[in-house]
Amino acid sequence: MTTTHPEPTARPDPHGPAESSPSVSTAPTVPKLPKLEDPRTTPTLTGTVHRTRSTRVLGLAGAVGLLVLTVAVSLALGNRDIPLDVVFAALTDRVDGNTLHNIIWDQRLPRTLVGLLVGAALGVAGTLMQGITRNPLADPGLLGVNAGASLFVVLAITVLGITSPSGYIWFAFAGAAAAAALVYAIGAIGREGATPVKLALAGTALTYGITSIVTLILISSTEATNAFRFWQVGSLASRGAGTWGLSWLLLVLLGVGLGLALLSGRSLNLLAMGDDLARGLGANLTLARGIAAVSIVLLAGTATSLAGPIVFVGLVVPHIIRPLIGGDYRWILGYSLFVGPVLLLAADVVGRLVARPGELEAGLVVAAVGAPVMIAIVRRVKLAGL
Amino acid sequence: MTRTEQALPAGAPGVLSAARAQTATRVRTVTLVLVGLTVALSLATLVWGGHASDLWNQILAVFGAGNGEGAFTITKLRLPRVALSLGVGVAFGVSGALFQSVLRNPLASPDIIGISGGASLAAAFGLLVLGVSGIALSVFAFAGAVVVAAAIYLLAWRDGVSGYRFVLIGVGIAFAVNAGIGYLLTRAEVNDVRSALVWMVGSIGTPPWPDVGVLSVALLVLAPLVAVTVKRLRILQLGDELAGGLGVSAERARLAVLAVAVALAAVATAFAGPVAFVAFVSAPIARRLLPTAGLALVPSALVGTVVVLAAEFTAQYLLGSLEVPVGIITGVIGAPYLLWLLATSNRGGRGA
Repeated sequence: MTTTHPEPTARPDPHGPAESSPSVSTAPTVPKLPKLEDPRTTPTLTGTVHRTRSTRVLGLAGAVGLLVLTVAVSLALGNRDIPLDVVFAALTDRVDGNTLHNIIWDQRLPRTLVGLLVGAALGVAGTLMQGITRNPLADPGLLGVNAGASLFVVLAITVLGITSPSGYIWFAFAGAAAAAALVYAIGAIGREGATPVKLALAGTALTYGITSIVTLILISSTEATNAFRFWQVGSLASRGAGTWGLSWLLLVLLGVGLGLALLSGRSLNLLAMGDDLARGLGANLTLARGIAAVSIVLLAGTATSLAGPIVFVGLVVPHIIRPLIGGDYRWILGYSLFVGPVLLLAADVVGRLVARPGELEAGLVVAAVGAPVMIAIVRRVKLAGL
Repeated sequence: MTRTEQALPAGAPGVLSAARAQTATRVRTVTLVLVGLTVALSLATLVWGGHASDLWNQILAVFGAGNGEGAFTITKLRLPRVALSLGVGVAFGVSGALFQSVLRNPLASPDIIGISGGASLAAAFGLLVLGVSGIALSVFAFAGAVVVAAAIYLLAWRDGVSGYRFVLIGVGIAFAVNAGIGYLLTRAEVNDVRSALVWMVGSIGTPPWPDVGVLSVALLVLAPLVAVTVKRLRILQLGDELAGGLGVSAERARLAVLAVAVALAAVATAFAGPVAFVAFVSAPIARRLLPTAGLALVPSALVGTVVVLAAEFTAQYLLGSLEVPVGIITGVIGAPYLLWLLATSNRGGRGA
């Protein structure tokens, strides 16, 4: 396992000449994680930094623009397409009784808002997870989060008789948080820490075990089956109706999660260099991992409680961003905040358009697109132990 | 064993043969105990709930010589259940052992890498969309498992197939397959959904005799293939280069073993559904019982039958009026076992 994370010095500097990393030739056979360039080598070349910095700012502006565009499309398209000027009029000057305005306010706006929040939470949580585990396959959904939420939701339906999606929220949150903590704890035991395979298998094991229990509960209750199967496919729509009554506490938790995540950028950069070097540079690894873990639990928990189980968004987002802007986690996290919602809202819009007059849930669209991406990543990246 | 031999002085053959005899005795004992457990569980499943005074008549009934209502229950309802449990247990046990050996990963098994999921998706499609049942449903499930296995193999191919790549791509496919199942479940009648759920968790219940017949024939056909591929697997375990030197193409040998393992899992899944974790736990349990590491196919098969019979016995008789599919019992027990295995093997620093 010593070859898992090559020393940063053994990695060619992506921005500069070879002499800035003199030991390149000493370990030519060490497998490299191409995505984890060391951002701290750039300050030696101020010109490069300037250019990169302006490119990154420009890119971020582009991401924000893309998000605005996606939001507009999400408000405009659907079972019934609404022209953009009507959308604008509805937002600025709502006329009571106008059908189109009502569609915008009662359906499109809530689900777009849910998509924004959930997409940002999943994108940032995925980036954080890949950062602290140094694992390009980490994703909140792969780690048993959804299974934990499912179990608690089923129990809420059967034991407490709650059948409205807005009523599940806190159960989904608690289940997701508990499962994430358990899987991470089991995966992190051992000298080499949380490796891709260990986390994926611990998540899978928990998922299968919980699925057995959930099935047992479901086959004894038709009502629970009916309520649960619609929750089980992640969606922005059915949850939308409850959005205006959205709990402030949930928003606060989401905000705290995002805040902690954005503060973690620097420590993720240190962690990317390997534990020993990070410690040598004065990082408090336990504290850094702890803050990131709390943030992941908050983000994944709120996302799952708002939209149900959605896999792959967290997995894919960092992989889209890294080739564009490099490996500095402070920037990747900032970009995730916008790229995540773009992906999720785009999936939601596609789901609305492909199956008119019905619609395909966003969770299904994301999984259909995400699985090939995951396979491509596994084929391309030399993972630990692959 | 090789280490023991080297450590011993040249003049101590007696010690060595004694150690060998001890190992052989242990293997024989374990095998006999497993056979005994299988027979005992089978008989218990057959006669459970009857009057003790009627026991002899019931045992006669097992061999077709009994009479009365009890005999009907035993030959028509319970004997096929036991027969199917035996076949499914053997198939999953051997399949899991083959997968884990050829991919050199104790955590590779058809239920984790999406092959069972493929069977479930195909069966759910057949059940919910086309409304098929019986043998046709089994054919769907079989085809689904084979197609997904082929897809994983092809996608994991990059100058050969590595164990971890196979497993991770399998996990990814499993998630995609789950989304497909989710789609089917939300679009179907809620009562059909429940029967699909029961199928997908794995259940044996009271199978018709033709099912048992088809499964037995399939297993009889696959048995010689297993024997042939195991020889090549043993050579494969010496390492790819050595195997190449001995004239065995490593990739072709791996493909052959995987094909047989997939066929076994697919056949068993076709008739009982993907009974969770049986394929996964059987071989590790068998290896822990035995003093030597190795393939341990026969003990794995026996552990498989014991697990399925015990779970089916629990599901049918010990949970009162609740009708529980056998896969729920194995899943509820298997998941904590897998997590425990991960935790303990991680602590030793040799985690997957």
